[in-house]
Amino acid sequence: MPETRAITGNGAIAEAMRQIAPDVVAAFPITPSTQIIEDFAGFVADGKVDTELITVESEHSAMSACIGASAAGGRVMTATSANGLALMWEMLYVAAGMRQPILVAVVNRALSAPINIHCDHGDSMGARDAGWIQIYAENNQQAYDNMIMAPAIAGHADVRLPLMVCLDGFIISHSIETMQLEEDRQVQAFIGEHKAFHSLLDTANPSSWGALDLHDYYIEHKKAQQVAMANAKPVIEEVSERFGKEFGRRYELFESYRLDDAERVVVAINSVAGELKEVIDELRDEGEKVGLLKIRVFRPFPYAEIAAALKNSKIVTVLDRSTSMGAYGPLFVEICSSLYDANPRPMLYSRTFGLGGRELLLDDIRDLFEESKRYLNEGKIEKTSDFLNVRGG
Amino acid sequence: MKTVFARTAVLKDCSTHYCPGCGHGIAHRLVAEAIDELGIQGRTIGIAPVGCSVLLYDYIDVDCIEVAHGRAPAVATGMKRTNPDKIVFSYQGDGDLASIGAAEILHAGHRGEQLTVIFINNAVYGMTGGQMAPTTMLNQVTTTSPKGRSAVEQGYPLQVSEVMAVLPGVVYVERTALDGGAGVRKTKKAIKHAFELQVEGAPGLALVEVLSPCPTYWRMPPAKAMKRIREEMSKFFPVGRLKG
Ligand SMILES: Cc1ncc(C[n+]2csc(CCOP(=O)(O)OP(=O)(O)O)c2C)c(N)n1
Repeated sequence: MPETRAITGNGAIAEAMRQIAPDVVAAFPITPSTQIIEDFAGFVADGKVDTELITVESEHSAMSACIGASAAGGRVMTATSANGLALMWEMLYVAAGMRQPILVAVVNRALSAPINIHCDHGDSMGARDAGWIQIYAENNQQAYDNMIMAPAIAGHADVRLPLMVCLDGFIISHSIETMQLEEDRQVQAFIGEHKAFHSLLDTANPSSWGALDLHDYYIEHKKAQQVAMANAKPVIEEVSERFGKEFGRRYELFESYRLDDAERVVVAINSVAGELKEVIDELRDEGEKVGLLKIRVFRPFPYAEIAAALKNSKIVTVLDRSTSMGAYGPLFVEICSSLYDANPRPMLYSRTFGLGGRELLLDDIRDLFEESKRYLNEGKIEKTSDFLNVRGG
Repeated sequence: MKTVFARTAVLKDCSTHYCPGCGHGIAHRLVAEAIDELGIQGRTIGIAPVGCSVLLYDYIDVDCIEVAHGRAPAVATGMKRTNPDKIVFSYQGDGDLASIGAAEILHAGHRGEQLTVIFINNAVYGMTGGQMAPTTMLNQVTTTSPKGRSAVEQGYPLQVSEVMAVLPGVVYVERTALDGGAGVRKTKKAIKHAFELQVEGAPGLALVEVLSPCPTYWRMPPAKAMKRIREEMSKFFPVGRLKG
């Protein structure tokens, strides 16, 4: 029987991990993702999973051990945040380059320095070019659901890529929400058996991983990763549809919220979507044509689908919860690329918010829509790129 | 009236964020006293770790730099080599020094860096909520070893001081315990000596490992935590001078 439970985002991810029952979890604790591994350690101790839990000495070793375990044929998972993900950097590329379908829960947190434990997306956005599928979640339920879908996506024969499920630190990881945990057997049937490709333990078919690869083949292998990423898009759609049929919650590459006839649109990622929807409902009651496009899959990025979804919009505000120093925010850049060929092309501008956990309140969001209204009326964007709720600016 | 007790000059006039019975407050005071007594406040630089003592710079009144988890000895190396006349110390927990930063401390010792290292061993990762550290005792229950640490599953506690003591580039290693008045006085002497060596230009690294109570994550009252250091922890981590 599915169970309705009040649980934190971290608790929900840990439950998903228990149901996925990986062969190996190698982890090092870091706020705000620590509870995932603590809960999971409890499941191991209580015999609820027979996972080999390796409490390694750093995240660099955690990802290294994950790569080893995955190459040896295991289903492998871990969880981390911020500096922990940053310390994995080298190994993230290795995991992707070796096409190991490792699953990581990234509980988004700001990177040092200055040291800060609160939410922004600097960590996973910094890893956006590492070759990992990235799926984002607005709330506890979506984080859990994305994790349940993750093994079937990452391990699909046409994909075989590592995958990050991203959720907002503290806002989601530590907030208790009522959500539905699906029944173990049903989840396990949905996920299916782990099938390792060219496992190192398959001695009948010996293979090597990560061998020297210079100008002779390196670029072909990188192209192959791009092909796998492209393949991931229909696979994500297929798995999401199967998930919807099985469990009743439907997901697409992104969520369109009151978007069809929206003239003024905000594009955002993760938990801020909750506040945006609230304000959009209020403004709709006042007759304003406003809407939201909430990113779910950031890698592979669904350029064409987003262009189609935004075709009726007149002005698009892109909210980035991270910044690329010396450049526009990562989400803004992708949205611009999506709309480059659009005719007519909506007006576009970028707002960076929430770095290191800075609040964005409902009134701020109202102001944001006021601003887009003014820009639209004046037919001109005053500031293409700016920070919200920041001193001295 | 005769003053019988005054606040240590090098300690800032504020209360700390530490839990009741935590050893960090005591250790901070001893570091501050040593700096004060040696008259080196104006030329001492502290490296704050990531861990419960992350706010070290709010309590000890010297210039400090906050670095990434475990990297203190490497940062300290850069600092000391740039300013050989300054006194550079790192203050690190057992997660910081013995786990994620094990390579940094080993290689600072291996290169014979002229640094003072204060290593607070409380046998858990305190800051993140009491997970198992490499220094966690066998059978000790933590949030990531809910059935107690097992040698088969997680290995034996790591004796970093013993490892450091064999390195030719390390001039002084002592392990002390904050388990009562006598232990606190011995710790003070050891910390002061570790600073003195750097002041005198001793040719290598000086390390003091301080066995320190964590009543919160040992889940026991402070007095019992001190007793645990005496009766249990120091059996595996014997106190005394290991080198120098
Ligand atoms: C790269 C990285 N990984 C993990 C963390 C999370 N983290 C912060 S403090 C800490 C453990 C600190 O334990 P210890 O050094 O023993 O000091 P204590 O808090 O017990 O004084 C960890 C794992 C981090 N900040 N950076």
